[in-house]
Amino acid sequence: MKYLMLKHYRGGPAPAVDGAPMDRWTPDEVDAHMKYMQDFADRLVETGEFVDSQALSAEGAFVRHDGPGRPPVTDGPFAETKDLIAGWMIIDVESWDRAVELAGELSAAPGAGGEPIHEWLEVRPFLTGVPGGTD
Amino acid sequence: MDASLVRELVPSVIGVLVRRGADFASAEDAVQEALIRALETWPDDPPRDPKGWLVAAAWRRFLDAVRSETSRRGRELVVDAEPPSDPGPAADDSLRLYFLCAHPALPPAAAVALTLRAVGGLTTRQIAAAHLVPEATMAQRISRAKKRIAGEPFDRPGDLGTVLRVLYLVFNEGYGGDPDHTDLAGEAVRLVRQLAALTDDPEVAGLLALVLLHHARRVSRTGPGGRLVPLADQDRSRWETGLIAEGVAILQAALARDRLGEYQAQAAIAALHADAPSTAETDWVQIVEWYDELLRLTESPVVRLNRAVAVGEADGPAAGLAALAAVDPDVPRHAAVAAHLHERAGDLERAAGLDAEASRAAPSVPERDHLTREAARVRHRLRA
Repeated sequence: MKYLMLKHYRGGPAPAVDGAPMDRWTPDEVDAHMKYMQDFADRLVETGEFVDSQALSAEGAFVRHDGPGRPPVTDGPFAETKDLIAGWMIIDVESWDRAVELAGELSAAPGAGGEPIHEWLEVRPFLTGVPGGTD
Repeated sequence: MDASLVRELVPSVIGVLVRRGADFASAEDAVQEALIRALETWPDDPPRDPKGWLVAAAWRRFLDAVRSETSRRGRELVVDAEPPSDPGPAADDSLRLYFLCAHPALPPAAAVALTLRAVGGLTTRQIAAAHLVPEATMAQRISRAKKRIAGEPFDRPGDLGTVLRVLYLVFNEGYGGDPDHTDLAGEAVRLVRQLAALTDDPEVAGLLALVLLHHARRVSRTGPGGRLVPLADQDRSRWETGLIAEGVAILQAALARDRLGEYQAQAAIAALHADAPSTAETDWVQIVEWYDELLRLTESPVVRLNRAVAVGEADGPAAGLAALAAVDPDVPRHAAVAAHLHERAGDLERAAGLDAEASRAAPSVPERDHLTREAARVRHRLRA
């Protein structure tokens, strides 16, 4: 079963821990955080559960059609108050419980003072492309 | 079996098919199919005459394709099944393919893909993997590129400037890219080297020197976990001195011909870096002079930005910041350069803020992470 783990720049439930932004950590804390993320992905490759991951720029805009012969309408840059996706990891795991376990681990990445950042991650099951059940 | 041997034969085999009467698009498809077959079967059953094998296999596939197309359309076969025997000059074929694949009518991404397949002899799957797109998508990109240049004469010289831009693009894709994927930088070096052997143009030599000098530093550019190591912090003992010596010799011969162009000027800057034991011992004054030459040749905002960095090293951060004031702030990496210059000028508060801003605008993960570390490092200095 595939799951999408979505990381947000902002949005989601109220932060459990209101930590300082990353550029205010010490260089060693930044390194420890990045190593944790890298090791996490490497470990999922090892266990055969990693599918894909991608980081997204904070830039961009909402776009929609505005009628024939007219250029699309854009709404951006994103307002400070809006939810903003920072990136994702796709995992292929045995169960929902395993997906939750892994998201919990990822959310425990160390931040300032080496303490877990407790960041909220959004976990979403993929809809499969094939109908299930027995006919 | 040496896969690079098969790949080197690809352009000349395409040339043979075209001169036998095949159109470029069909010839290129047939050779790609023959290439894939060769990669599958040669390891167990190597042919005595590799080129003859490829020509025969590709010609057979071309005829099959023509026959099925003919029967589909109910038209007569227009190509003789028995090929004429003329093998023709292979070097000219390769050069013509460079021009055709980098045709100015093609968008850069399409020219890159077509060049890698028809000149580089890479398979669609390898090209797709290197660009992180599905194989079917890459196949379509190549097929559409070929439709776009259908009817372009195969035997006419094209625009060398476009060819150099495409090859430099391939190199840069590989240089900044994931080393686990197809080695595009190494492939670009091979393609530029081959082009330099086919032409007598100082700018081709300039590009060859440039890619060799950059390629020599590649292992020192990344640290553990793929983290970016800036030039100032690179372990220079890991630079490949053989490639540097070759690049410098090629550059000197090109410069001696007194027909300066942007690639020679960029290679001259790369050579000055390659020659220096450290950032502090780098001849920044001469680098600034080369940037001035480059500006006369290109008037590029990116060059102007890099020149500001060099001015900062040659004449101090205040002069660097003055040079930066003339650069459009929307140029990518502007904030990162400003951060570096403000830090050297002693304004740590401003530098840390600019590093954080630069990390938010960074176009790649390694740069973003590097700039986040820089912001953290400068803030740490501020507190200390």
